[in-house]
Amino acid sequence: MSAEIWVFAEQRRGALAPVALELLTEGRVLAEKSGYTLCAVLLSAGDDDIPQELFRYGAEKVYRLADPALAEFNNDLYAPALWNLIEKEMPEIVLYGATAVGRTLAPTVAVMGYAGLTADCTELDFDTEKNILLQTRPAFGGNIMATITCENHRPQMATVRANVFKKEPLENPAGDEVVEVPVDTGGHGDRMKRVESVQEVAEDVDLNAAQFIVSGGRGVGKPENFKIIHELAEELEGAVGASRATVDAGWISHHHQVGQTGKTVCPVVYIACGISGAIQHLAGMQSSDVIIAINKDPNAPIFDVADFGLVGDLHEIVPEFTRQIREIKGRSGN
Amino acid sequence: MNIVVCIKQVPDTDKVTIDRETNRLNRAGVPSIINPFDENALEMAVGLKEKYGGKVTVLTMGPPQAESALRDALAVGADEAVLLTDKKFAGADTWATSYTLSGAIRKFEAFDLLLFGKQAVDGDTAQVGPGVARYLDLPMVTYAREIEADDGTFRVKQVTEDGYDVWDVPAPAACTVVKEANTPRMPSLKLKMRAKKADIPVWSADDLEADSEKMGLKGSPTKVVKIFRPPVKMNKEKLEGEPSEMATKLIHRLKERKLL
Ligand SMILES: Cc1cc2nc3c(=O)[nH]c(=O)nc-3n(C[C@H](O)[C@H](O)[C@H](O)COP(=O)(O)OP(=O)(O)OC[C@H]3O[C@@H](n4cnc5c(N)ncnc54)[C@H](O)[C@@H]3O)c2cc1C
Ligand SMILES: Cc1cc2nc3c(=O)[nH]c(=O)nc-3n(C[C@H](O)[C@H](O)[C@H](O)COP(=O)(O)OP(=O)(O)OC[C@H]3O[C@@H](n4cnc5c(N)ncnc54)[C@H](O)[C@@H]3O)c2cc1C
Repeated sequence: MSAEIWVFAEQRRGALAPVALELLTEGRVLAEKSGYTLCAVLLSAGDDDIPQELFRYGAEKVYRLADPALAEFNNDLYAPALWNLIEKEMPEIVLYGATAVGRTLAPTVAVMGYAGLTADCTELDFDTEKNILLQTRPAFGGNIMATITCENHRPQMATVRANVFKKEPLENPAGDEVVEVPVDTGGHGDRMKRVESVQEVAEDVDLNAAQFIVSGGRGVGKPENFKIIHELAEELEGAVGASRATVDAGWISHHHQVGQTGKTVCPVVYIACGISGAIQHLAGMQSSDVIIAINKDPNAPIFDVADFGLVGDLHEIVPEFTRQIREIKGRSGN
Repeated sequence: MNIVVCIKQVPDTDKVTIDRETNRLNRAGVPSIINPFDENALEMAVGLKEKYGGKVTVLTMGPPQAESALRDALAVGADEAVLLTDKKFAGADTWATSYTLSGAIRKFEAFDLLLFGKQAVDGDTAQVGPGVARYLDLPMVTYAREIEADDGTFRVKQVTEDGYDVWDVPAPAACTVVKEANTPRMPSLKLKMRAKKADIPVWSADDLEADSEKMGLKGSPTKVVKIFRPPVKMNKEKLEGEPSEMATKLIHRLKERKLL
């Protein structure tokens, strides 16, 4: 039996979280380097085709824990069910998305065993001499990066940020073996009861999942002007972010706030419009792949972290940018 | 209702600089504050106490000077405080921190609710809350925005990625609290005076119901092996011209990178 790398295949309402596929794609690289077998572990009601999707992204084997009680995340049930399986199979590595669920489940599981857990990684590598996972993450609000290892305890576990790895399907599925695991959720039954589950956030605020984020700052000028920010985001199929100054001014809801006291985001492209680039704002977005800054002040600190800087009036540049994108899309769309 | 709040003293991250030669954090002269999210947890606790009666106890593990964070907490309405300090605690990762905190909480008198901040702004892991809850075998609702109590049950509104969930959990329960939950109050003069004089017990490793082999650096499964500054962007580019030219150039660059 060869050693294994597991990816926790988080699902909500029967749909797989995209980060699980990103982790499988990156997991293929780690499996190649380590010689370990890449597997996924799925907790769900069991009435879904998710395993097929996991095979397509590189899982050679899927452990499935199917039970109506596991349809939606409940830490009291998920953590013991997962830990019992981990204890039995003892994989070398377990990776989770750094989502609300992953960041609750993983530390619980880590304590059930004596496992190290690195939080919110943005880089993974495998040291083939020591046979350990190298886990790199930002800390101190993104001011520093730390590489963390776990030499003497197993499994080595990490939560990994969404959108840092690209997801790429294989031409042919990597496997087809579904291991049906008997579910043992321990003794807590219905200690935690979910009374209600409400989806209230509009699509343009799903800052964690968005590939593109268009953010507005005080330079937007007034609440009505956020319209041009929304329009650009919509054209890019992205989400709308905001600086705290605009949230405090009541121009936009706090769900949109990016930064130290708002959300930490890591989209492929972050477009800061009329944002000066205070350290607390940078803390929430500076690990984005590509940063674009639009600001009329050429000395604004946001330009220090921007791959592309556009000095000028956002009220002219943003609508023009939206118009041109619409134009190319119109051309390629038919 | 008895409530325990875990708070962490953190360097004011705005003021931390990095030594360009050694890549170490310059902490000298950097003011220490209560972790901002823990102020929300504390406000939640004090608000619940005002509504339902009872008391609030704050707990921190840290160097001796972390005592000042506890006094700040007393000044906004906490009733009692305990400081855990010992060389044996130093260098703890979240596993060992959770273990140590739970060893102290086990010694507390019975409580109804255990609160944490959403995460600490320095370590940034958000792992300690769920870890402690697991050690104490408490139900944990992370990212709590509202907490109401009704006859031994807490109704907790939890922020999720796309909205919110509502949970019913029996006391004793644990939650981590988000910033949107409330606006922390300012200290009152009267409480400030009292806080100054308050007697704060200090516990060391030997005072806890826990194995000191599992504390601090020695007990930690993870090790930080390297710290470095995030790579600076090398290819920064200013796009110039009229708005329409700038937009065209930008689209071109994004297409080159296959982003459009
Ligand atoms: C403890 C703490 C936590 C904080 N947390 C956060 C946080 O989570 N997130 C956050 O964002 N902030 C946070 N802040 C606040 C932060 O310090 C800044 O005050 C805030 O980010 C500023 O927002 P801004 O960039 O929108 O506004 P400003 O700093 O006022 O910048 C506006 C910018 O718009 C530009 N501009 C104006 N008009 C135009 C135009 N027509 N076209 C183009 N550009 C224009 C200006 O040149 C300027 O650079 C926090 C502060 C503290 C103390
Ligand atoms: C650069 C760097 C990276 C690190 N990365 C990791 C990592 O990936 N994994 C890991 O296991 N450890 C890591 N650590 C160690 C970690 O920072 C410490 O274990 C720390 O004591 C607790 O973690 P945190 O600051 O992330 O707190 P969090 O888990 O984010 O804190 C959540 C809440 O727990 C409570 N709390 C936290 N610490 C205390 C305390 N000392 N006293 C009382 N209450 C407290 C507070 O209510 C706080 O709001 C890292 C340390 C450094 C310097």
